[in-house]
Amino acid sequence: MDLMSSMPPLAGGILIGLAASIMLFFNGRITGVSGLIGMSLTKITRANDWRYLFIAGLILGSVLLNFVNPTFYDYQLPFGFGKAIVAGLLVGFGTRLGRGCTSGHGVCGLPRLSKRSLVVTLTFMGVAIITRFIMKQF
Amino acid sequence: MHGLVALLSGIIFSLGLGISGMVNPNVVIGFLDIFGTWNPALVFVMGGAVMVNLGLFNMIIKRKKTYSGGKLHLPTNSKLDKSLIIGSVLFGMGWGIAGICPGPAVANIFLLNPITLTFVGSMLGGMLIYKFTLGKNH
Repeated sequence: MDLMSSMPPLAGGILIGLAASIMLFFNGRITGVSGLIGMSLTKITRANDWRYLFIAGLILGSVLLNFVNPTFYDYQLPFGFGKAIVAGLLVGFGTRLGRGCTSGHGVCGLPRLSKRSLVVTLTFMGVAIITRFIMKQF
Repeated sequence: MHGLVALLSGIIFSLGLGISGMVNPNVVIGFLDIFGTWNPALVFVMGGAVMVNLGLFNMIIKRKKTYSGGKLHLPTNSKLDKSLIIGSVLFGMGWGIAGICPGPAVANIFLLNPITLTFVGSMLGGMLIYKFTLGKNH
């Protein structure tokens, strides 16, 4: 990966960080996507309005970006229905039990120098790397 | 106001996920495949996001309140227990299999790809299973 191709990931990362900081500064909330979704499933209440709106924003943002530049979303899925079911269950259950995902523990927890988030982030990244390695053997 | 901020934060977050390549599971899998042709994109995404928040988050946390003087809802539990580790291991397995975590899962919904929708449905299912089993008391 050369300097030029590292620019979009860096720019995207900065936007993700900014989005989380805006949320904390104005709403006093941590932007943890798995928690946001999980809490929204708990019950339909006015107190969850900001959660629904963030999720709507996630969908609206990609619709807008896809309109401007569809290449970001033009890819072949590397898995089928079977793996989608298994991986989805693991991601859904695991992020709730682990109290967060890449956004909550990674994007928001690491800058707060949370030891807990550091351990969780290293754990899910390490396990994902090992999982990938094992899958490549078959 | 809180709703509008959440919507805006969601849109910016989603633009970041798109531009950075995080919405494309092949990019994530390329990063996790450290023993193959490694794609370091995610280092820049995470690096950019954490860098921004290292500055902004800590400035906000220092002033102890939101823009309008509201409360900052920061995680108070810093305990590292077994469930947290098991949760992140399960999440890591799912992330390794599919290369999709909760944020990109939602951001990709608009493509209406049946396999992606299966992943999202299954992820919501996993969250609900947690809610009705181990998460009953939360």
